[in-house]
Amino acid sequence: MPKTGGLRAMAFPQPKPQAPQLPQHLLRTLDCKQGAVRAVRFNADGNYLLSCGGDKTLRLWSVSRGTLLKTYSGHGYEVLDVDCSYDNSHLCSCSSDKTVILWDVATGQVTRKLRGHAGKVNCVQFNEEATVMISGSIDGSVRCWDTRSRRPEPIQILDEARDGVSSVKVSEHELLTGSVDGKVRRYDLRMGELYADFINSPITCVCFSQDGQCSLSSSLDSTVRLLDKSTGELLGEYTGHRNTGYKLDCCLSNKDTHVLSCSEDGHVYYWDLVEGSLSLKLSVGKAVVQSLSFHPTEPLLLTAMEGHVQVWGAEPEDSKEEAAI
Amino acid sequence: MASDSDGEEDFVTYGIPLEPLEEDEPLRKPIRIQDQTVKDEKGRFTRFHGAFTGGYSAGYFNTVGSKEGWAPATFVSSRQQKAGKQMARPEDFMDEEDLGEHGIAPREITTTDDFASGKRDKMKDKARAITSLTAPIPGDTVLEDLVAPARISVGVELLRKMGWKEGQGVGPRLKRKPARQGNVAGIKAYDCALPPKGSEESEEEEDEYIPENVTFAPKDVTPIDFTPKDNLHGLGYRGLNPQQALMGGSGTGHLNFFTMESDRASILLGDSRPRNRRRGGVAGQAFGVGAMEEEDDDIYHRDALSNYDNVLGGEEPGDGLYGWTAPQQYGNKKKASSKDASYLGKILEGFTLASKSTDTKTVYPPPVLPRDYRPVHYFRPVLDLSSVSPQVAQALQTSVGHMPQDPQPKGRHQLDSSQRRELLGESSLQGPNSVFDLLDSKDKERLTGLRKAAEEKRSSGSSEDRRAAMVAAGVAAAGAAAAAARASSQHALSSGSQPAGAQQALMAWSSPTARSAHGFKPFESNPHKQARYDMYISGLKQGDKDALECSLDPSMTEWERGREQDEFVRAATLYKPSSSTLSNRFTPGKREDDGNTVEVPRDQEGDVDDKQAAVKMKMFGKLTRDTFEWHPDKLLCKRFNIPDPYPGSGLVGLPKVKRDKFSVFNFLTITDSSSTLGGESQSAPPAGPAGTPKPAEPAKRSRWDMSAQASKTTDPLSELLSEARCMATSTQPGQISQEVTATAPETAAESKAEQKEEEEEKEEEESRPPMDLFKAIFASSSDEKSSSSSEGESDDEQEEGGLEPAGPQASSQPSTGISLPAPPAPPAPPTPTPLQQEMKAPAVPSGSSGVPPQARRDEEEEFGPRLPPPSYPWGERLSSSVSSSKEEKHKRKCKEKHKAKKESKHKKGKKHKKKHKKRKHKAKQQQEKKKKPEDSGSSSDVSADSGSDTGGGSGALPSEELLKRLKSLSGKKLH
Repeated sequence: MPKTGGLRAMAFPQPKPQAPQLPQHLLRTLDCKQGAVRAVRFNADGNYLLSCGGDKTLRLWSVSRGTLLKTYSGHGYEVLDVDCSYDNSHLCSCSSDKTVILWDVATGQVTRKLRGHAGKVNCVQFNEEATVMISGSIDGSVRCWDTRSRRPEPIQILDEARDGVSSVKVSEHELLTGSVDGKVRRYDLRMGELYADFINSPITCVCFSQDGQCSLSSSLDSTVRLLDKSTGELLGEYTGHRNTGYKLDCCLSNKDTHVLSCSEDGHVYYWDLVEGSLSLKLSVGKAVVQSLSFHPTEPLLLTAMEGHVQVWGAEPEDSKEEAAI
Repeated sequence: MASDSDGEEDFVTYGIPLEPLEEDEPLRKPIRIQDQTVKDEKGRFTRFHGAFTGGYSAGYFNTVGSKEGWAPATFVSSRQQKAGKQMARPEDFMDEEDLGEHGIAPREITTTDDFASGKRDKMKDKARAITSLTAPIPGDTVLEDLVAPARISVGVELLRKMGWKEGQGVGPRLKRKPARQGNVAGIKAYDCALPPKGSEESEEEEDEYIPENVTFAPKDVTPIDFTPKDNLHGLGYRGLNPQQALMGGSGTGHLNFFTMESDRASILLGDSRPRNRRRGGVAGQAFGVGAMEEEDDDIYHRDALSNYDNVLGGEEPGDGLYGWTAPQQYGNKKKASSKDASYLGKILEGFTLASKSTDTKTVYPPPVLPRDYRPVHYFRPVLDLSSVSPQVAQALQTSVGHMPQDPQPKGRHQLDSSQRRELLGESSLQGPNSVFDLLDSKDKERLTGLRKAAEEKRSSGSSEDRRAAMVAAGVAAAGAAAAAARASSQHALSSGSQPAGAQQALMAWSSPTARSAHGFKPFESNPHKQARYDMYISGLKQGDKDALECSLDPSMTEWERGREQDEFVRAATLYKPSSSTLSNRFTPGKREDDGNTVEVPRDQEGDVDDKQAAVKMKMFGKLTRDTFEWHPDKLLCKRFNIPDPYPGSGLVGLPKVKRDKFSVFNFLTITDSSSTLGGESQSAPPAGPAGTPKPAEPAKRSRWDMSAQASKTTDPLSELLSEARCMATSTQPGQISQEVTATAPETAAESKAEQKEEEEEKEEEESRPPMDLFKAIFASSSDEKSSSSSEGESDDEQEEGGLEPAGPQASSQPSTGISLPAPPAPPAPPTPTPLQQEMKAPAVPSGSSGVPPQARRDEEEEFGPRLPPPSYPWGERLSSSVSSSKEEKHKRKCKEKHKAKKESKHKKGKKHKKKHKKRKHKAKQQQEKKKKPEDSGSSSDVSADSGSDTGGGSGALPSEELLKRLKSLSGKKLH
């Protein structure tokens, strides 16, 4: 006991909780030259980024250098979403051509092309081990595709949504879907239950929080809501941005401190998660910010506007680069 | 180690050794039979073949021996060289395999059975010794003694391990009495010097010393040697016994068949029993007494009669040499005795042998047959009364000679279950034994009342019935039907309570043609209902006119019963027996079970209105949450590394329940689907404008359809007003004046024309092939160009989009006004609509129909939030919808001038083609007009020609004028 007391006395003072750094300095802009960039995503470790183009291609970029590494073409229409497997060996992408494609990253070849959705596929996600691809489509169904077998049919079809599915997220044992019928559905595989939370406005994007306790959903009533996952209670409501017509992304920062959302007024809005107050309004451009993605570990943000992708960091890089931009 | 290796060298390895198992090696699956291969010793694969794939292929690739097969021997015989007689040995037909170690004629030295058997197997040895003695050359057992391999068979080894010792019998150890016999054996084995008789005495003496609790091994049993006599000696002749001969033993006197074992054993063991005999010299039956002999032995065998049994089944001759082969007479001869038991083997403890034998079976003589017995059975024709109408039945019965009321004792099969029960004296079963027991008293009373009434009626008309029956029996089928009809018409007269249909049914079914009417099962999907219906039908067949009442389920409500009654009657008249006779020839197809059921999710969602209220009050949580049981696919769980939450349930997804599709209750409860259905039926459009054939209605109606409808309903004046208002809100003040100054009928006509224009527009949209087609045609393949072309397309799309749904900020007025300017959408609606329209059918949003105030907005959102436009070339910040819309228009116009000409041309071409198809008589007129607006914007073009079409139809407004007006309008907008 005295020992611990001594230790306590000896212990370093608790470091002051640092104000979380928000990525607000533009590091670089990538001109993707692939039409409108429909979605931009980090890969699993955050060293690369993927941009989904309106010209049917998918491009892989280096985040740090901003160089184009590879172009994946094979879709028949706009690419709408992409996800990277945990080991960076595979990509899955979905498109308006109603297909979901599994890519081999290194060769750029199509490993599997899965048809089955009746409409354009809005969103796609790998599960943790990249054994299943979950895709949500405008036809109101969520399909779970097996990456391990050559079976052309999905493992399971979740057709509970009464309208198009705009967003899907996967956690260890849950599927979170947001659909245009104004409901956030959470399929708990472990419990074998489906929880449907009514939001009353078409959902554009859903997210899990990093701790897995909350779900974030943005809807077309220009509101982002943070719901308690287990009970469905409202924990926070974030407003101020404009999201009335387009499918825009929202996300949480890497440490769950802030809530981020795109806006139709060309800004990215940062709210404090707990207080709900607007902490930063980051101006990206004049057009709609279509997509955004937060780095899994570092304060780095990607935004997509029209044909460009912006990389934002917490600290400015060399002024030269900025000038160049 | 050296010794080890030596040891290994000593071993003969045989076969293929098993591979050593490594510890962490996974268990290998055994090779399946079809995968197993067989190789010969040279490593070639051999195939099994033959009728039952039993044998190997012979020789070289299924030939015998050589490539050429089996060459037949040539027979050559000439004068010089006579062919010798060829003897074929069996070995000539054998190959190496046969001559090999396992073949049928092995050439190598192997251990034969004789040597393989262990020397220690005494019993066998003894048996063999017996044979050896009788063999012409005796003494090979001696040889065997010398050359015996030191090997003991496995069985003996095992027995030894279990505590068996040589010379003992096999089995549990025994108490004293049987043990004596064991002792006898022991004595025989080791104590042969004693003469047999003496041995018994000594044994008795020994008995004294044996304590009570000592057990003994069972007696050993010597198998009797069944060696056939294959020599030519006389019976019982033994030849010269070398031992006896050399040892000088004289003959043992009479050859006792039954005692020879002991003698021989002693002989074999070579102990010197005949000590008193002289040594040396050959002696035997065949030899006389030599000169060296001291005494004259009786060389001539004298047999004494006393050695023979002269009584059948006489005294026990032996010394207890019995086992399972004991001579038969032992068992039969001695009835009394305990000794008997030992022959039968071991008797269970607590049992004794029966002292009296069982009685012999008495055989009874067969019974004497009656005099009139015929050994052939005569089958009496059986009357199935249930399948015949009562009249006919009665007639038949009377004709046969039975009276219907005859209380004749019935046969076993005619009794019903309760009567049979009474006969058997059983108690009645628990529970209600009839349907009527289940009825409550009220219903029962009612039923009995009905029945009574029916009875009375029947009795009153019974004479009539009888007469009718006679007729029916006598006359042919047609006549019978007529009679039945008459009879039933009587019933119809007498009982007015039942509907005419029921009577009809009764008539149809009680006619004799309905004898074998089964088959039609109209209510097969509902077994209970079908059962009730069957009951009703069988009632009908028996002519029971209150069959309907009886068959109905009394637990149902009055209303349900009424309905079912109607259904039954209808079904019965529909599926008449006449058709059923035909139907018997066909097997009914398997009925689709889900024919009239719908699958409905088991857990219903909560009320939408409540949830909306909750959302408005921001009371998220329980109010807004629905929880369902959801079954993930087994494979999905596996892929997620999660145990199946519902192991063993084959269900996937939400559990569903089947509901009757046509059930009234389905319509009473309001489900989501029904509400959408209702919504759709509400929005079912009135007929399109006269003369224009409408294409198929889209599953979902766009806002524009609605506006067209709305304007239809309003009168022209109010329409005009609204239009004016609309204009005022928009940015063209000049247009208002123009519009207002126009005469009322003209504007009305114009607006009408514009409505049609819109209709046209819609048609256009629907009949246009999807965007992909255009893309496939016009888009070039290279990357650079495709991006630029996609830009062009997107512009194009914007144009199209501008023509149909407005953006969210669009004025809520049903803008029946000019379709030329795009409705102000902040950014023009993006992606191609054809695709979306395709998608309309599957995605039927419940929210949109369920939420009236939001209907408008939801309708736009029913396909989900759109995607932002690819780019904003004129980078002005869009702050208000109006400015943005201006911007859009501006941009579009400019682009049109630059780029879109070619495409619009193409489009026009297509449109025109379609129109040609539709209205060929107007083709000329149109083409004239087409030339003029060629260079104006595509939208104005569309409106122009559609206007011209409708103008032709209504004949109200000259198209040129309209065109001019539109042009001026667009010009203003540009400025």
